[in-house]
Amino acid sequence: MIEQLNQLIEQLLIQTAPTVPSIQQVVFVMLAIPAAAAALMVVLARNLFHSALALVGTLFAIAGIYVLLEAEFLAVSQILVYVGAISTLITFAIMLTRGMMYGATSPLNRQAGTAIMIMVLLFAVLSGLVASMPWPENLVALETFSWGIFSNRITGEAIIASLGQKFLTTYLVPFELMAVLLLVSLAGAILLARDRQ
Amino acid sequence: MLTQYGFILILSAFAFIVPASAVVMGWLLGPKRPDAIKTSTYESGVETIGDTWVQFRAQYYLIGLIFLIFDVEVIFLFPIALAYSQLSLFAVISAITFVLILLLGLLLEWRKGALEWN
Amino acid sequence: MEQWSESLFNLLGGLGLPQEVSTIIALAVGALVLASVAPVLALVLIWITRKVISRMQDRIGPNRIGPFGLLQTVADALKLLSKEDIRPANADFLSYALAPILSVFGVILTVAVVAIAPGWIGADLNIGVLYLVALGSIGIMAALMAGWSSNNKYALLAGFRVVAQLLSYEIPMVLAMLGPVLWVGSMRLGLITEAQSLNIFGFNLGLGWFVILMPGMALIYLISALAESEQTPFDLLEAESELIAGFHIEYSGMKFAMFFLAQFLNTFFLGAIGVMLFFGGWQGPFVDQLPILGVFYFLIKAFAFYVLVMWIKGTFPRVRVDQMMSFAWKVLVPLVLSLILWQMLAMKLFGPVWLQYVAVLAGNVIAIGIVVNVLTSHFKQEQVRTKRAFGPKSLIGTMQPYAGD
Repeated sequence: MIEQLNQLIEQLLIQTAPTVPSIQQVVFVMLAIPAAAAALMVVLARNLFHSALALVGTLFAIAGIYVLLEAEFLAVSQILVYVGAISTLITFAIMLTRGMMYGATSPLNRQAGTAIMIMVLLFAVLSGLVASMPWPENLVALETFSWGIFSNRITGEAIIASLGQKFLTTYLVPFELMAVLLLVSLAGAILLARDRQ
Repeated sequence: MLTQYGFILILSAFAFIVPASAVVMGWLLGPKRPDAIKTSTYESGVETIGDTWVQFRAQYYLIGLIFLIFDVEVIFLFPIALAYSQLSLFAVISAITFVLILLLGLLLEWRKGALEWN
Repeated sequence: MEQWSESLFNLLGGLGLPQEVSTIIALAVGALVLASVAPVLALVLIWITRKVISRMQDRIGPNRIGPFGLLQTVADALKLLSKEDIRPANADFLSYALAPILSVFGVILTVAVVAIAPGWIGADLNIGVLYLVALGSIGIMAALMAGWSSNNKYALLAGFRVVAQLLSYEIPMVLAMLGPVLWVGSMRLGLITEAQSLNIFGFNLGLGWFVILMPGMALIYLISALAESEQTPFDLLEAESELIAGFHIEYSGMKFAMFFLAQFLNTFFLGAIGVMLFFGGWQGPFVDQLPILGVFYFLIKAFAFYVLVMWIKGTFPRVRVDQMMSFAWKVLVPLVLSLILWQMLAMKLFGPVWLQYVAVLAGNVIAIGIVVNVLTSHFKQEQVRTKRAFGPKSLIGTMQPYAGD
């Protein structure tokens, strides 16, 4: 048993031999740690406004990770829609609700135990998924690593153009249905606002 | 392409340092004599009455919501604009339908008075 | 990589540094140059503002400190530096301190996509136009933070109104920017600027500006940019009589200066982007032969735009807040959407490019004409209604002879 453990540790040490990390790894760590820390703050902050600000920070960091994955349009639409519109709405809702302004709301409630259990289970599932994926070791392997999605890679502006094209050809019906969905949400908002008055 | 974003990352570091250093210099160089009247809330020379809360006005939230809807519409219009040369007339008509449905929503808001009084 | 970063990178690579380090150093040098443009530019802009406004008000403006008063802003900055940093009690320290910094942060980042000369752009992003809009959201967050963290209900109210104004005019601005993007088929600002060349027999006249093609879009962009940078006629939040001083009531010293710095720079950069999108950026005659001329053209156009904004500031009164919001949602958004729809149709229905050109131009002019007609008749009716409401009901007691009609 101890021999197997030794072998495992040796293998780990060989695999994780200290190499100079690439810039992408450095930037990823620079983005991921603030993202995780801000996400923690969203949940644990005592003051609700601080939670909202931490949410904005998380969304910005996630947008940075999207950029690192070369999905720049996704990153900028995340900032435009999530940070620009949805965070503003959330902040409005927080500020306009009397009694929420001052701090000292406890982040825990009576179901803390169940929450922790579910959290641990979810973490186990996710880390199992991540660990068991056959990640390619280098760029050459990435090119041949194909689930049918990456078989014809396009980069840069062509991605956004193909996105636009797909909206109007392959995914036309969901696209138009989404317009109807937005219309319905507009109507619903008017209804709610008028009831209050 | 990633070097471009690297440039922006470095620029953002500088863009943060420039105003931050100005503010810090201002804090260092100014006198520090806080007293009760200077640090109290300003209300045209009168003492504050009541807590700092604002009356709920649905207009602000509605404007934010309408902005959200149109923001999403804009996000969809930009890729369509980029792919424009490869689109057929039918695709263009469907894009126009999309915009018209949302214009209909704006008209609805107008008639129901959601765009008033702010 | 852009031209400037390539050349710097090769220079540093020649010194024998590893590839990544030389990339970082090359980019850092460029970033440092661009970031230091901001304070210098602010000095010039504030001087221009004061001189133009004072000439409009028939006075001279600063002319004591430095030649023509050029160093006045430096003196003012030094004065603001020496002010006490008053922090209101119960203010939330981190957001209170962070809000002015974030304001300036968002504005300085716009410099990255401004194209000064052919090939001289910080980063010609594939999503250039949307990047600019995304930076606006940082400004919105900063305004909300400033309003809330001052722990003052007037600041909070003013913060809400600023955010409502910024949100309302962001949509017409973004959709007006969609016009050139649609025509060129790309969001890259460098490409859009290059597409505004007028090639006659292979010689680039550099006068194929988009303002000639879509004047309606340019006008809508101008109006929305005025509102986004909180300049007259939309500067009700600076007005001393409205809600005291807006959301910067509780700010003093350098933090207060930062908000104003952000506003001046924002006005200039929105103007620079309008110049790039509609007025050709660095395009002009003979710019192919002498690229440095591009810098000259760009700066002239950008500063001309800024002087125009100051001219408007010295001339027009302010609009009320409800007039401002209804103008955005009831006039600008439907107008710009119909212009976009017409442009989409014209680009697909008509074959030859010159015919599309004429169709888009005609559509723009007709749409603006219709809107101006409807608005003037609406306001004339309103004038008549208010005159009737307040006019004298009988002649008894008035000393004026009845003047007919």
